[in-house]
Amino acid sequence: MGTRQYVIRKIVQAVITLVAILVFNFFLFRVWSPGDPVTFLTRGQGAQISLEERAELISEYGLDKPVFGQFVEYMEDTATGKLGASSFYQGEAVTSIFWRFLPPTLLLVGISTAISMVVGIWMGIRSGWRRGSSFDRFSMFFSLILYSMPEFWLGMLLLLLFSTALGWFPVGGRVSTSVSSMGTLEYITDVAEHLFLPVLTLALGYLGEFYLLMRSSLLDVLGEDYITTARAKGLLERNVLNRHAVRNALLPTVTLIALSFGYVIGGAITVEVVFSYQGLGLLTYTAIVSKDYWLLQGLFLFFSVAVIGFNLVSDLVYAYLDPRVREA
Amino acid sequence: MQTPPLHVGAEPPFGPTLEDEEPSPPPGSPRQITWARRRAAVRRFWVAFRNDNMGVAGLTILVFFICVTIYAVFADKTGLSITEATGPRLTPPSLEYPFGTDDQGRSVLTLTLHGSKISLLVGLSATVITMVIGSAVGLIAGFRGGWLDQLLMRITDWGLVIPWLMLAISLASIFGQSLFMIILVIGLTTWPSTARLVRSQTLSVKERPYVERARALGASNWHLVTRHVLPNVMPVIMANTVLIVAIAILSETALSFLGLGDPLSKSWGSILERASNGGAATQGAWWWLGAPGLCIVLVVLAFTMIGFALDQIINPRLRER
Repeated sequence: MGTRQYVIRKIVQAVITLVAILVFNFFLFRVWSPGDPVTFLTRGQGAQISLEERAELISEYGLDKPVFGQFVEYMEDTATGKLGASSFYQGEAVTSIFWRFLPPTLLLVGISTAISMVVGIWMGIRSGWRRGSSFDRFSMFFSLILYSMPEFWLGMLLLLLFSTALGWFPVGGRVSTSVSSMGTLEYITDVAEHLFLPVLTLALGYLGEFYLLMRSSLLDVLGEDYITTARAKGLLERNVLNRHAVRNALLPTVTLIALSFGYVIGGAITVEVVFSYQGLGLLTYTAIVSKDYWLLQGLFLFFSVAVIGFNLVSDLVYAYLDPRVREA
Repeated sequence: MQTPPLHVGAEPPFGPTLEDEEPSPPPGSPRQITWARRRAAVRRFWVAFRNDNMGVAGLTILVFFICVTIYAVFADKTGLSITEATGPRLTPPSLEYPFGTDDQGRSVLTLTLHGSKISLLVGLSATVITMVIGSAVGLIAGFRGGWLDQLLMRITDWGLVIPWLMLAISLASIFGQSLFMIILVIGLTTWPSTARLVRSQTLSVKERPYVERARALGASNWHLVTRHVLPNVMPVIMANTVLIVAIAILSETALSFLGLGDPLSKSWGSILERASNGGAATQGAWWWLGAPGLCIVLVVLAFTMIGFALDQIINPRLRER
């Protein structure tokens, strides 16, 4: 009973947030933006756009209608995946550009989040279990430094050291230019070589968050009565930690994965710029620099939808793992 | 172990309470008693802060950077303009240019010195906006409750969900790139977490007996909020403020790095943007990105350490750690 209500409530909330994002996106790029929407959205093309093309755009996106009519048209367009045409990519549909740039970013963000999660949680457990040990103090210091570092600066340092000075890794890009003449194995090695430094940068950049959360969460749990009970029963310390403490302490990290996703995207934008890694982050940078507003609003919409989706999934997973949440 | 929370001037103005290790307040008017109490609270706070190594280290770094910034504002008049670039291009550190020069022959030391002004200005101003919006929303939502609370918290949750850098990028690229816009954009994208924090603290303070007593004595909502709730929420707001400065400085850095900063002013972030576009990393010009980056790390670290220390002192639950 409680579970079903909880799931429905979370889904309804996510849908409301989604609609709010859509409305906000509409107002931000078409109503509040300076000048009339057509001039604004096509600014990247400069004077190249002819009067006929302009009229065509106006009728295609219903920009001559009153605001409400425009909004209806915009919602229809968005629902059918018609997000406009990029000026930078010579009129290619934003959706198709987007699908082209998505896989590299998924790879980058996925691998680096997985690494920082596993390492951060492991460090957090060790640190919290032996509080005040030299390992604890060192990792605390280390993660504070990493937290204070802009990811792109860390990326530039790694690039300087490992690519420029030592020459171990390529200086940027997603694959080498000679990609067409490669065998499968060679191709995979090449992709991995290009991926290594960006992944390292992002993983180090977000290690601290997982570490700090896991450490404080474990410290909270260690103060609970059931830990005392477990010890009183005479369980091995190892079992107290693994069976009783860690399992409960892991719960908050589930939420963090979803919440940090928004931040990792932010980090991915600057890190992809440093390494000229052709993913959605670099695409965002291109959109900013070339004032390609169709592209930028599409990306804004996409990232927001992705984060809402992740939050919903994490809420549901959390409820599955922790029955107390469903009851509340 | 329960340690008494800090009372920053929120005690009822009459009747000595039994506080450990504190001399009974000197006799006098209620106002004098209140001020004596506040002085004692500040003293106690300072003693606790002084014993926190992390906090003291952070404060030391911060004081150093404040001195550097004051020096940059008042004493150092050497120009930033390209025409005054006197050195050779891209040279490693030397006696004349202790931090080397950039691709136009400007001293990286001078650039970094002047960058401190903008970075700190943006960080601090954006924090003010964040704190005003966040505290107001949190206080109103927590104190009033009901539909207003529901509405404000929906908006807050919504602000928490939107990927902040994407929002900041969109706002900055639509509404133009001035120093004021950057400050506004950072302020408008960081307040939701503060609002949540202030609201939860308000909810707990609101239920305390002295608030109920004041209400029974006929205090207005305004009196309750300004005299009883706000002073007790204040320590939490202070600790959060310090942490927000760190976040605001990092945000400014990221936005400037993406070319969305004010083109007319140099911040540490915009020096790094130039260094990145000028190929500092691929040409091995470590000095060009070293100094400004190190400054960012140190200042952010300083604010974070002070914030953590304040958190430890204010939050009794954390003190056991």
